[in-house]
Amino acid sequence: MSLLVQIRVNGAPLGVPGGSSLAAALLNAGFTAFRMSVHGEPRGPVCGMGTCFECRVTIDGAPGRRACLEPVREGMAVELDG
Amino acid sequence: MGESAASAIEADVAIVGAGPAGIAAAVHASGAGRRVVVLDAAPRPGGQIWRHQSRESLPGVAREWLDRLDRSGAVTFMSTGVVDAGPGLRLGAEHQGRPIVVHAGSLVIATGAQERFLPFPGWTLPGVMGVGGAQALVKAGMEVGGRRVAVAGTGPLLLPVAAALRRAGADLRLVAEQATAARVLGFAASLWRTPRRLAQAVAYRAAFAGVRYRWGTWVVRVDAAEGELHATYTDGRSTWAEPVDLLCAASGLVPSTELARLLGCAVVDGGVAVDRLQLTSVPNVYAAGEPTGNTGVDAALVEGAIAGLAAAGRGDEAGAYIPARDRHRDFSLRTVSAFRLREELRRRVGPDTIVCRCEDVPYSALRPSWGARQAKLATRAGMGSCQARVCGPAMQYLFGSAADSVRVPLLPTPLGVLADLSESGNDSQGADR
Repeated sequence: MSLLVQIRVNGAPLGVPGGSSLAAALLNAGFTAFRMSVHGEPRGPVCGMGTCFECRVTIDGAPGRRACLEPVREGMAVELDG
Repeated sequence: MGESAASAIEADVAIVGAGPAGIAAAVHASGAGRRVVVLDAAPRPGGQIWRHQSRESLPGVAREWLDRLDRSGAVTFMSTGVVDAGPGLRLGAEHQGRPIVVHAGSLVIATGAQERFLPFPGWTLPGVMGVGGAQALVKAGMEVGGRRVAVAGTGPLLLPVAAALRRAGADLRLVAEQATAARVLGFAASLWRTPRRLAQAVAYRAAFAGVRYRWGTWVVRVDAAEGELHATYTDGRSTWAEPVDLLCAASGLVPSTELARLLGCAVVDGGVAVDRLQLTSVPNVYAAGEPTGNTGVDAALVEGAIAGLAAAGRGDEAGAYIPARDRHRDFSLRTVSAFRLREELRRRVGPDTIVCRCEDVPYSALRPSWGARQAKLATRAGMGSCQARVCGPAMQYLFGSAADSVRVPLLPTPLGVLADLSESGNDSQGADR
């Protein structure tokens, strides 16, 4: 079993299994909308491999990071606009 | 090299993509004594098929190739996206907000494939994802235990994904293959020539025994009501809806050719054209595996070996791999033909159906007569973050239009990184090629 890693999502603490991708960890925690589309529709992960850009979130202040390509890291601060 | 400038790396052979093709190329080029650099956007090597959290979870052949890569002496840059490439063989890449430049004598493009997502009403709803997409997310830790899952797609990928979802505890409700029973059975019958593939297919089906597996069936729309998704399917005769928590929907795979097209490599029938030693139409640029249209891990390993040897100047040693490569190519052609997309998939879109997900461009805003470029100028379709990786193949299928030229950067890139890459000798920023 992987040890839990503590991250923050929209300011709230969340313990997630180490080794998982941020996209998987957020989905497991019940987040389905990762971002809002230009017309304000909720969007979540689709391709799981970095091509569709639907899972992009802000990580440690850097916008537009693809959650499916980011392993969870201790102390990671994630902002969703979904 | 100044503080702000990009790190510059010299290599004899640069390889983009650390899946089976890229790994085989790296192992063979390194074995020939060349300095090899491998770049890949994922955090760990293995590509989509060998995606893993721990190597113990992988099949033996995958562990063996990953170990060979480790021992090869090739330098790997993971979490590194290639955003530019130009003549003289120069690659510009980004690694966690930092620029990397690679100067290479030759290049192997082993960028794999991506899923083809075709628009239908509701395909943008959260909870609707790809078939390979769901598999990738499960491998990355997504939990599906007890969740109602349906898989609607096409081709050989459906069976292993369905089996993996079932093994992960999903309440798998339906596996829908759009190809007709006649096509699928004809394809299955042709597998007598490759008994291992047949045995594998049977084992995958056994892993989700008891779950409905329907040929000639596809999803027509998804609706969200009271926090629940309802997927509507049809087999052309009857149409029915079922609630689902996760719908995995895609229409097969398409070769990832953005980097090849940026370099000007000829693309024929969607795949990068290569000669018998995997050389593209551009000198010193090779392509291996899915980008050439030769599908599957076995094809990727032999094409990677040939490309790695040829890129290292040892093409004369690649002869032993060529018969296997040609057999895999024949199999790929039969696969494509058996799982051709049915016409009805084109007719699912309504006027309000989003086609370009990045820019929210609906079907009604697009004209069939437009090429990709005109669609872009008129509606911004294909201008968003994914750079038409999703809507490009979709519009090609819906309208029969040709792929547009690709632009630099290939991925959204921080301005500072672009400036540093530009400063270190690249004059192609913003160019349309």
